[in-house]
Formats: sequence, structure tokens, C-alpha cells
Amino acid sequence: MPNSSAERNEYDVAVIGAGPAGLAAAAAAADTGVSVALVDSGPRPGGQYWRHRTGDDGTHHHDWAEFTRLRARIREVDHLAEHAVWHIEPGFTVHATGRDPVRARRLVLAPGAHDRQLPFPGWTLPGVYTAGGVQALLKGHGVLAGKRIVVAGTGPFLLAVAAGLLDAGAGVAGVFEAGTPAGFARHPLAVAGALGKLGEGAGYLRVVGRRYRTRTMVIAAHGTGELSGVTVAKVDANWQVVPGTERDVACDALAVGYGFTPQLELPLQLGCATRLDADGSLVATADDRQMSTVEGVFLAGEVCGVGGSALAVTEGLIAGRHAAGVSAGSRLLRRRRAQRRFAGALHQAFPLRRGWLDRVGADTVVCRCEEVRHRAVTAAVDDLGATDPRTVKLLARPGMGLCQGRVCGFATACVVADRLGRTLIEADLRGLAARPVAQPVTLGELAG
Amino acid sequence: MRFTFDGKAIPAEPGQSIGAALIAAGHRSWRRTRIDAAPRGIFCGIGICHDCLVTVDGAANRRACLVEAAEDMRVTTQEGAGRAELEC
Amino acid sequence: MTRSDVSDVIVIGAGMVGAMTAYHCAAAGLRVTVLERDAVAGGTTSACEGNILVSDKEPGPELDLALLSIRRWQELADELGADSLEYQAKGGVVVAMSDDTGAGLTAFTASQRAAGIDAQDVSSAQLREREPNLSPDARSGAYYPQDAQVQPMLATARLLRAVRDLGGTVRTGTEVTGFVERGVATSAGIVHAEHVVNAAGTWAGQVSELAGAPVPVLPRKGFILVTEPLPRTIRHKVYTAEYVANVASSDAGLETSVVVEGTKAGTVLIGASRERVGFDRSMSLPVVRKLAAQAIEVFPFLADVALLRSYLGFRPYCPDHLPVLGPDPRVPGLVHACGHEGAGIGLAAGTGHLIAQVLTGKEPDLDLTPFRPHRFEEAPA
Repeated sequence: MPNSSAERNEYDVAVIGAGPAGLAAAAAAADTGVSVALVDSGPRPGGQYWRHRTGDDGTHHHDWAEFTRLRARIREVDHLAEHAVWHIEPGFTVHATGRDPVRARRLVLAPGAHDRQLPFPGWTLPGVYTAGGVQALLKGHGVLAGKRIVVAGTGPFLLAVAAGLLDAGAGVAGVFEAGTPAGFARHPLAVAGALGKLGEGAGYLRVVGRRYRTRTMVIAAHGTGELSGVTVAKVDANWQVVPGTERDVACDALAVGYGFTPQLELPLQLGCATRLDADGSLVATADDRQMSTVEGVFLAGEVCGVGGSALAVTEGLIAGRHAAGVSAGSRLLRRRRAQRRFAGALHQAFPLRRGWLDRVGADTVVCRCEEVRHRAVTAAVDDLGATDPRTVKLLARPGMGLCQGRVCGFATACVVADRLGRTLIEADLRGLAARPVAQPVTLGELAG
Repeated sequence: MRFTFDGKAIPAEPGQSIGAALIAAGHRSWRRTRIDAAPRGIFCGIGICHDCLVTVDGAANRRACLVEAAEDMRVTTQEGAGRAELEC
Repeated sequence: MTRSDVSDVIVIGAGMVGAMTAYHCAAAGLRVTVLERDAVAGGTTSACEGNILVSDKEPGPELDLALLSIRRWQELADELGADSLEYQAKGGVVVAMSDDTGAGLTAFTASQRAAGIDAQDVSSAQLREREPNLSPDARSGAYYPQDAQVQPMLATARLLRAVRDLGGTVRTGTEVTGFVERGVATSAGIVHAEHVVNAAGTWAGQVSELAGAPVPVLPRKGFILVTEPLPRTIRHKVYTAEYVANVASSDAGLETSVVVEGTKAGTVLIGASRERVGFDRSMSLPVVRKLAAQAIEVFPFLADVALLRSYLGFRPYCPDHLPVLGPDPRVPGLVHACGHEGAGIGLAAGTGHLIAQVLTGKEPDLDLTPFRPHRFEEAPA
């Protein structure tokens, strides 16, 4: 009975995150008749993918029909909106801002991901946004980030962002993809398994058209106080600049992203095991049931491997059923297998290459919060004897500011590993990802 | 609906964040950093990066990308860590 | 055997105590090798506040060590640069929130003055001059100009850098797995030296077992909260008088008595809980909540300030709450420098100085008898 659950703040299943994975998990669990709480920081369900405004009819959204179906299925779910989860105790007690703790016998963690960033000269100028940020401004607030926008980075998400901007009438000065997604054709099996998704990409490409340039990167942003333009250049397969190809592009907004960083703080709080995924992300390990290595803690979506919204929904449906004590059908498992193959092929088609590291000058800010420059990071290694990113963080402060390394953690780990002459390992990322407090909470609220 | 930013009226639509309304009104920065006094505005736009901090009705360190604009809100540029009244 | 595998001194542990010991030995002309199983400053040094205090000491051998250490820290700040260590001689303020506690504090400061501490009783009005954001409920207090603060990891890394510059060797990722004739076996081979210093912090008990000369060093768990960055809102190290009672306590279970201080980085640190629960790394929300509540009692403005993160560390304590310092008569060549409990950063400076004196055949500036390693095996007098 949802009402009595709400009164007691006790549920069979608590789902954290109301994006595609969390909505699907909540719907699948609720369908089995158990009591479900869906805890999310946003005012409306949908997460980043289906971010929308009140009264939005879905015109500019992808898979909107899926969203409205899932939304209809969570009517029996207690959607605890605008409560950001900052800590979960074993057993499980979910602490979220602005409300009493929620207790649950099982958890589904679906916290999602945010854009992954690689620092470059000028990236702290106002007018430089994450690709997801530009999309959020548009989908969540109906605002174009600029009059003349450059989209850059790597991955298929850039196309989605650019297409959305063009669709909304924005001026898009260029879409610069660092990689060569033609390599995608090397994985015909995966492509065959996800034709619908590929069709979507082809659709974007048609819209974006001649603005799309591959093997091209934004290597610097310029402006006095605010962004006025970027330098772009052709790069080789290792993302090294091809000399003589640099050119300036005037723009008042840059939307940049190099894939995604899953939000690992909640699984790490609960002691879940992690691994380094094919795209270089730290992700939590899930078994066939989507359960983590901690009994009763299920995972869905980007937190267990970046793979997009369709895979997230499938994983959510599986996680939700198992969290409710019911097996998922073989149809769902087959779908997950095909979607994971597609995600794996995407990771191989849009890999990060180390050339970007050579363009991070001594003076380039690595940590935006604490304004830590590259020279301070390398000095922690060269002069102070740091042999891992965590030590660098504690000596030079990258990742110690308000965002707690969410933005710079990956890049800091890459810079440090590169300086030490080795490749990135799981422990590098783990050392920067542990956050016992997952959201800022006032001491007054903490004290109770 | 209107709020003020450093005394100037800024229009906003219902549900719009302070940061989105400021961008729509042509502002890209509304904070100066603690160390370099560098201008900053929205970066991630989804509450992750804390770059878009602004002072709202006297309360420092509010994320402009998350706080919905409201009628007659007083939004001011944030200098450094804010909370100058506590400095000693 | 290669030349680099022979030293005068092996120091086990690259935390603050190990770094200080290595620095003083290297400065005295000894060839030093530091062996660390993890990274520099990665253990308790990375999970503490950087306290250099005399204010919390009662008269006795630990105070003598603290007074020596404060002097050494001031000299080191001159030698290596105060800024490079983030060393701040900011002074300490102890606050009594009730008249009863205030009376106890006055008696305590009198005994401290007699033992050589600069301890000044202050009225509630004087308290607020020193700390304008302090709660109006503070009744009285004490001011300790000798108390100081350092960024412990940075200072440790700088000291180890100085050790390398003096010709010493620092080997991280190298775990000591056993003791051999004139040396130790490690995960990367055997290293020889005349002397081996056990500066393994909270893990010094395990190292002492390997050496066959056990010392009872146990973990005491402590949480520290970190706020969002603020302008300077707190000038000194500020703590409640109850802290003094807790430091010397042997009770099991949880005690919290809040210590609040600003940092150069703008964050405010709030410590320090004390739990004797072994090496349990789990977050304890009730403990963290209590620390937050106590901090707000002292500085009410903190109620509206965001908690950014929390961390925990294990303070190495001995049953009699005194460190273990000096040669171990049970194993020739073995020297201990461990068991500093929650005062390791401060006491490290005096510790390194004394150990270097011992290893260079000098008479130590302080009588080491109260800190002797084998005291736990002696029959009660």
C-alpha cells in the first residue's frame, strides 16, 4: 500500500534517479505489486535525457513515446521529486535533502552520467559549455546558449546536440568530431543489432550535413572575459594537430563533450565493486540480474557502463524486476545483449586518444573549482613525489573544490598517469571518485 | 515574470532557471572566482560543476542553473566565496 | 649488493613522522632510505587536520615533547619556507560553553602556565574580539599563542623532497615484509642499514611484530568534516574545553568534542570524533551529525554552510597514550618513532630531532625514558 509506505517512509524498493533507467526500474518494480519510492533531484521525471519543461509536448525530444509510457506506469510509485540523495547507509537508509530518510529493503541506483571534459586552453571562459549543458538549456529552459554555436568533442551525442540546436533555429558554426566514426562500420554485427539507433544517427547527420567535420578538434578558446571564438585544427589518429590546419572560428558559445562520466558516488558509498570500462570510465560492476557486488543493491543505466537511453531502459526494467524479487524474461536479456554490443561498438568507434594531453599547457586550468593549473599538477608528481592521482589531489588540490572532482577527475587522472609514464588504471579513478557526501548538504540539515 | 540581476530587470518564463533567463537576456557571466577573480557563468548547466554560483536574495553559492527564477528575486554577482558579511 | 641498497638508516613509513625522522637524519649527515608501501603521506597524514598544539597537553612528558616540537616547527618553517608548508602560527582558542567548564579550564591553564605553556585566560568579550563569529553563548576561554597549523601532506612531501635533495632515497610502493640481519626484506628485495626506524604510524604495531619486538599501537578512528570554501571566518584553531578531557580518555566508544578551524584554501575543517572500533572504514552518519551539531553550537553561522566532504583516519594510540620513541633493547638496531595518537603532526618535529640525535650518538635533548618501547612488558612498579 503506497500510502502506508509513504507514512512510514519504508518501501520494498527505492529507485534513485528518474532518468530512463530509473523510470524503467520503478515501473517494472511497481508492476509486480511491491511498494516503490522513486527519489530524484529534478522537479520532473525524465533525468537529463528527457529533461523537459512543464507542458512540453515532446516535439523536440527523442523516444518521447517511451517516456510517456514509462511515466504512465509509475502512477503507483511515490515519486519523491526535488530531493537530492546525499548519502545511503547500508540496510538501506536513503538520506536526501529536504526530507526524512527513506528506508528500503532493496535499491536500484540509476544516477546517470554527465559530460566528460578534457581541459584545453581557454575552456574556463564564460560561453564555453558542456554539450549536455547546451542541450539542457534548450530542452529544460527553452534557451539557446548563443547566436553562433560551435559543437565539439567526440561521440554521437554531439550530433544529437547539434541537430537539436538546428531544429530550434540556432546558428551552428560547426560540429567538430575528433574521431573518425567511419570506423563504426568495422562492427557490422553490432550495427545490424541496432538498426533503429543507427537510423537515428543517420538522421542527425542529414540535418547537420556539411557542418560536420571529423578528425577536427577545438584546440583553444579565445575571448576577453567571455568567449568570442575558437581555434580548430585537423588532428591525426592520435589527436595530434596536423601542422598548418589551424583556423579560427568566431562563435559566442561552444558546446563541448568527450563522452560521459557515470556518477559513482552512491555505489562507492555502499561498497560496490567497480571496473574500468572500454571507454575509460569507472563503472560499477553488475551481474546478469543488474545486481552490484553488494546484496540488494541493483544498478541500471550509465552507472554500470555508458550505453545510451535505450540500454538504460532495458537495464532498468531488468533491475526493477529483480529488485522486486521477480525474474526478467529472456526477451529483455536478449535486448540487453544486443544493445550492449552496440554500446561497445560505439566505445570502439569514438575512443579518446592521448594527443589532447600535449595541448594542456603549463598555464591551462585543469581544476576549474580550485583554479589548479597543469603546472601544479605536474609539480606534485615531479617535485613532491606523488605516484597516484589521489596524492596529487591532496597535494595540489585538483578535485578538492565544490564539484569534488566531478568535472576534472577523469582528466586529472589522465594527466597524472601520463606524467608517470603509464596508462590509466581503475585505482586512479577510484581515488578521485569516492565521495561520502554525494550532494552538498548544509551542516544545519546534517545536524538535524 | 521579472527578477533583478545587479539591479537590472531580467524577464523569465515560469520554470526557467535564473541562469537560463540570464543567458536569454544576453549575460554569460555573473561570478568572479575566489583566486583569479576570473568571470564564470554556466558550464555544465545541470548542477554538477558549481561554476554558475550566484547570490540570491543575499544567500551566496546558489547554483543559477538549478534555482528557478521567481518574481522579484534579487540576484547579484557573486564575488569570490560570497558571504563577505562573515569575513573577519 | 648494490651501493644504493646500503644506508645508515632505513625509515619505514613516508608519513609525517617518517618524513621528519628521515629529514633530521639526512640533515645530520646520515644516509637515509625511506620505505613506504603506499604513496607519500598516504596514511593517517592524509586524514588529519595538521594540528601543532600545546594547548591540549597537560604537564608531563608529552608536553615536553610538544614544546620541543613547536620550537622545531618554527625553525623548519624558516628553513623550508612557511608558505611551502602552509605553516600558520595562528594560535589556538579554547572555549568554555558553561561556567562549570570555564572554571575547570581556568584551573587547567594555571597548571599549564606552571609547565611552560603560554596560556592566557580570556573573558567572553575578549573571545569575541578574537573570533567575531563565535556563539554569544561562549562564557569564557583561553588563548594559546603557541598553537599552529600546517598542511600535513604538503609538509610531508616537502620534507621528503628535502631528504632526496640531501642524498636520501624515498621508495614508495615498497612494503616491508620482514626483518633480516642489519636490514629489512621488502616487496622489492632486501635493503640493508645499521638502523631501522619504525615510523609506520597506525600500522607500527604490525611492523613491530615483524621485527619480533611488539609495541601495542592501536587504531582510533576519527572523522573530519570539510565545508565549502568561505572567506576568512575563523582566525584560530578553536575548540571546546571538553576536547581536553577527551584527549586523555580511555573510554571505548564514541566521543566527540569539536575542533573548528579555517584553512588557507578557504574551507573550514571540523573535527574530531574518537572511536575505538578497529580499522573500520565505514562512514558513520551519527558521528558526523554530532560533529556538525557541535560545530554549529560554537559557530552558529555554520548551520547555513554546506558540507563538501568528510574523511576519516586512524590515529595510532598506545594504552598509556604516550608515543613510543627510541631504541628497542629487544632488537639491536631497531628504533621506534610511533604511537603519537592524534598529535603526530605536531609531535613529529621533536620526534625526528630526537631520533636523529640518538642515531648520531648524541645525548637527546629530552629524556626518552617515559617513551621507552619495552615499557608495556615491564611488571607494574
